[in-house]
Amino acid sequence: MLNRRSVLRTALAASALGVWDAPVRFAFASVPTDRRLVVVILRGALDGLAAAPPHGDPDYKSVRGALALETTGTNALHNLDGQFGLHPSLVNMKAMWDAKELAVFHNIASPYRERSHFDAQNVLETGGVGPHALNDGWLNRALKPMGLADGEGALAIATSPPLLLSGGAKVSSWMPATLPQPDADFLGRVRALYGNDPVLLATLDSALDTEAKANSAMDDKLSTPAQYAETYANLSPLFTGAGKLLARDDGPRVAVLDVGGWDTHVNEGAGEGQLARRLHALDVALDAMKSALGPAWTKTAVVMATEFGRTVAPNGNGGTDHGTAGAAFLFGGAVKGGVVNAEWVGLKPSALKDGRDQPPRTDMRALFKGVLADHMRVARRDLDTAVFPDSADVRPATVLFAA
Amino acid sequence: MSLEGAIAANRFGLGARPGELEAAAAAPKAWLLRQLDSPVGEPQPIDNAEPFQPGGALVTELLEYRKERQMEKQPGSASVLAAPSPAKMFLKSRGHQYTREMAARFALGFATQTPFAERLVWFWSNHFTVSAINPDAITLVGAFEREAIRPNIGGKFEDLLLAATRHPAMQLYLNNAQSIGPDSSAGLKSGKGLNENLGRELMELHTLGVDGGYTQADVIALAKILTGWSLDRDGDATGFRFYPYRHEPGAIALRGRTYSGGEQAGITALKDLANDPSTARHIARKFASHFIADEPPAESVARLEKNFRDTGGDLKALAETVVNDPNAWKPHAAKMRSPVEYTTAAMRLLAWPQDGDREKQVKGVMAAARMMGEFPLAAPSPKGWPDEAGAWSGPDALLNRIEWAKELGARLPPNMDVTAVAEMGLGPLLTRETRAAIKASPNAGEAVALLVSSPEFQRR
Repeated sequence: MLNRRSVLRTALAASALGVWDAPVRFAFASVPTDRRLVVVILRGALDGLAAAPPHGDPDYKSVRGALALETTGTNALHNLDGQFGLHPSLVNMKAMWDAKELAVFHNIASPYRERSHFDAQNVLETGGVGPHALNDGWLNRALKPMGLADGEGALAIATSPPLLLSGGAKVSSWMPATLPQPDADFLGRVRALYGNDPVLLATLDSALDTEAKANSAMDDKLSTPAQYAETYANLSPLFTGAGKLLARDDGPRVAVLDVGGWDTHVNEGAGEGQLARRLHALDVALDAMKSALGPAWTKTAVVMATEFGRTVAPNGNGGTDHGTAGAAFLFGGAVKGGVVNAEWVGLKPSALKDGRDQPPRTDMRALFKGVLADHMRVARRDLDTAVFPDSADVRPATVLFAA
Repeated sequence: MSLEGAIAANRFGLGARPGELEAAAAAPKAWLLRQLDSPVGEPQPIDNAEPFQPGGALVTELLEYRKERQMEKQPGSASVLAAPSPAKMFLKSRGHQYTREMAARFALGFATQTPFAERLVWFWSNHFTVSAINPDAITLVGAFEREAIRPNIGGKFEDLLLAATRHPAMQLYLNNAQSIGPDSSAGLKSGKGLNENLGRELMELHTLGVDGGYTQADVIALAKILTGWSLDRDGDATGFRFYPYRHEPGAIALRGRTYSGGEQAGITALKDLANDPSTARHIARKFASHFIADEPPAESVARLEKNFRDTGGDLKALAETVVNDPNAWKPHAAKMRSPVEYTTAAMRLLAWPQDGDREKQVKGVMAAARMMGEFPLAAPSPKGWPDEAGAWSGPDALLNRIEWAKELGARLPPNMDVTAVAEMGLGPLLTRETRAAIKASPNAGEAVALLVSSPEFQRR
């Protein structure tokens, strides 16, 4: 197993300054779990009825109108269980379903009942019952009970961690480099300058450590701002990076990724179009992460959620407006999937919230708690108090995990 | 060159420009306080295009845009959809307008002769966070800082609080613009009601502090008191207007006091909150954290708190108090520069931008700050950008700084006397180690990169 010292030696072996001969006392902390948890936040409110269409519902075609997906033909949705399906773009997720590695949650929502993106994201990330009630993220609060609060166990694929992963427990962050990495000689000089500054030295070492892991694991590093801009359309570099870092024995165990671009108020499209392209990019990136994880995929659970769902019926611009409940996804080699969890009550206006939105029947926190309990072995006591304060009445979803 | 002069320029200012250490050396405290007597800097467009619009005009544009969006949702609106209207132009240009405003703000930071005043602008602007991540507020956040913050950094806290709260950017950002008294005539008619966002943040973040003594009932009470405060629909210059028919009628109890009387109830409530002892404590601690250390000495916080109480929240007196605090002049630089502070200090050190495409150079620095994790008036939450080292010592962010420093060095003239630049910018704060590293560098570019990466330049 690689430790930090050997990684640094590899990364900076060319240093002519000899600063690397100074004794390095810390060994890499042994990671307390080999399970991997990835949380993907889809910012902007994914249309759950497009991603996981309830095509077996008798009202599906009529209420969705132009947004209803085809059930036959070249661009047909993927049928899951006769009642629900997946968007035609989600080819790789369908493969996960077939391998019984994907579970779908429908009519799921955070406790937030208004329709502001920002407040809804705040609730989704803080794990509170209302917006701005808590200042740190539930995933950060869960690190300590997971035994990952030392700063090496959790990684945000971002420059600074999002609210979900921010808080008292130390976490790391990584992005594909946008500027050329300075040569080892120069980095050695900077490191020598930080000799009297323990904070900067430790931070730089952490960065070089992650960077070295990334470099040794990857050959598809971004190198120019233009490529960086392209990552909006092509999410794979970020997901591949996450997968390769998570795959390492000495790598992080928890990772967070953010994907925007779901706020489809105008010209959403059905089997083709704006949302179909975005879902395709996501599906390809998820598969890239799976490949990058390699054998670690079997130890991995990915939970993918959005701040709220969208209106059931299309609006006047061929899109959908802000709604309430929607869809969430749990997948990975550690997941016993092949199930759709939905307290389905139909799509008739009388069954909808305010006559327009999917009704919230499952609390999003139940999904998060279920994953943390069954996969990351966080005790119920911690889940009910520290991780999701005052949530004892929200029972963890019984999410089945492979042994 | 005096150590105190270097501390004045770096800790209280934005990093020394050429000649600044000399200017500050003789009487560093007087040099700082004098800056509060001159008019506060005004950001100017760097593209020589049209001047920035006042908040009121921007509100009018926003409301026009919304009206048009509503019309487009009506059946048979194809003709409206096709027409290139002013509102559509507004939608297209709102990111651009924000970038223009921020470019001007960065450029002012690079060049200002009153860097202590500018730092106070940045501090108060972050205290009263409005954020461009909210697309409704994006065009207004620049106007917010220009109109609500800049004129008020040396006045009374209660005036700053009132200006910030009433500004349309804050009304939009914290959703008070659409908050309606449930028992007001508008509320009874529409069935719409309160939005608590501003009421809560005003007490938690802007005044009392989270432990400052208020309950959920107080949050609701303050939200009710502030109903009717909203955006002006008739082109008022400020963009703010009070609508009596949306205001919750009757007397409302907030923290043991009763408020009534329409718009005046809100003004009185804000004054009372501004002058509450909890507010003095909250502001004192935040101010000391910004200028002295992430965990400031209790005696310094106590001095600021007393000054705030004794002067009724006189912000110039508060600035004088921190400038006169011995703990603020310790040679050890306790504060990590935030990305905006860091990139700004580097530009001041190198007296950039100089020749060539100024706009492009400023935008390059803006992209660098964003890459390091911070961008002005775009904080992720109403809490604002963090003010502790931990937030900026993210490993990826630090490596970004070093990479950027290297790129910066590579763009400088090869014959630059970097030791002279280092002495000019840091004076006695320059360490022996950094001086030696500069001397040992193979070229000027790498020497600058090491200087800008050095611990004494990362901190202030």
